[in-house]
Amino acid sequence: MKILIVGGGTGGTILANNLARRLTSELKSGKVRITMLSASDKHMYQPGLLYMAVGKMMPDELYRDQASLLEPGINFHVDPVEEFMLDNNQVKTKSGKVHNYDVMVIATGSRMFPEGIPGMTEGAETFYTEETALKMFKTLQAFQGGKVVITVGVPHKCPMAPLEITFMLHDYFKDRGILDKVKLHYTYPIGRVHSLENVAKWATPEMDRLGIKYETFFNIKEVDAANKVLKSEEGVEIKYDLLITIPTHKGMEVLEKNGLGANGWIPTNRTQLNMEGRSNVFALGDTTNIPISKAGSTAHFEADTLGENIAAMVKIGMPVKEYDGKVFCFIEVGKDRATYAMFDYKNPPDPKAPTKAVHWFKLAYNKLYWISARGLL
Amino acid sequence: MAEKKIVDGRGSFCPGPLMELIVALKSSQVGDELEVLSTDKGSVSDIPEWLNKVGHEYISTTESEGVWHITLRKSK
Repeated sequence: MKILIVGGGTGGTILANNLARRLTSELKSGKVRITMLSASDKHMYQPGLLYMAVGKMMPDELYRDQASLLEPGINFHVDPVEEFMLDNNQVKTKSGKVHNYDVMVIATGSRMFPEGIPGMTEGAETFYTEETALKMFKTLQAFQGGKVVITVGVPHKCPMAPLEITFMLHDYFKDRGILDKVKLHYTYPIGRVHSLENVAKWATPEMDRLGIKYETFFNIKEVDAANKVLKSEEGVEIKYDLLITIPTHKGMEVLEKNGLGANGWIPTNRTQLNMEGRSNVFALGDTTNIPISKAGSTAHFEADTLGENIAAMVKIGMPVKEYDGKVFCFIEVGKDRATYAMFDYKNPPDPKAPTKAVHWFKLAYNKLYWISARGLL
Repeated sequence: MAEKKIVDGRGSFCPGPLMELIVALKSSQVGDELEVLSTDKGSVSDIPEWLNKVGHEYISTTESEGVWHITLRKSK
């Protein structure tokens, strides 16, 4: 059986390693072949970008060689897919090579798309790539005071990032000794400060306590970068001195071009994780259209389920479990405290008060992630 | 007449039915009718409230077997 994994991010890497361990004897005998195709030879730990934006992590801490994270037996190629021929069970890559598959898993992630909002690229800082996170840090370091607006687009990956960056900016300015010269203002698209009701219930009084203003039911319409005005679909205008955005996102362009899903979001069964209408094509991570957090942990837990199922398909001809919607997200609350939200399709989160212990656990996880990527944690 | 677009937000805590609707509206055309499916009772008030704020047409809400069906039309 030829298993093809498209995408070398968190989900694809964990899945590949999971499968390689479950199918060791089948790989040795040649009954199974696992191939991974990626656009990069590097693997990035994306949650590190948040820390980079406030000067707490360096770029080189975010990367490892992709090949170093993979179990022996996985055929890894830096040769991204350009064409999907699902009816023929084939893909064609940038180099022109055609790969046949029996089972394909698409785990291509998502990308920020600030250009989807007029004026956003010109007017706002963000931290969703290495380049923009570094630029944001340099801008912050030069900032001497004024109104800082943090504005949230939909959809976006890392659902906790809006709150995390806001609380981290509070402590960043406090540490610089200019908090009294800064007004933090947060906007969110729905009628509370976070999509998760219990998280919003905890976060709102925290914002009140820290003097952070918030505007809910704010859906970004456009940015007048010249005059530094942020405008919403709801008719609200907010002037700013520094604008930071959690930008709207899309799936990868190659998926749109190949008609696999509008805006690059693949229609995906929420428990079996197969692409709608295809029994041998699966999707996991950010690229699905499942109404679930676009988070690393989502990709991780989906990969666990899919790994078990695909291995079972090899061994006994059928899947054995369903993905239950499990998500786990740390929430950094400033520079030295954190909490977390854990939930699934049936059980909402109930985050506890932030502690230093959970913050230290998150810092440890920033290093332990590489063991997760290898499918060991 | 265009087919009604279903936004299935059942079992979604994050991002939740309203945010799923906001995303769906971005790729919809003016005049399109959408139906949100939600298992979150909060949607019954949140969604019509937001539709009113932003200027889309709220049509109706029904409930069946623990699922709310909220219908609307994109107006702008």
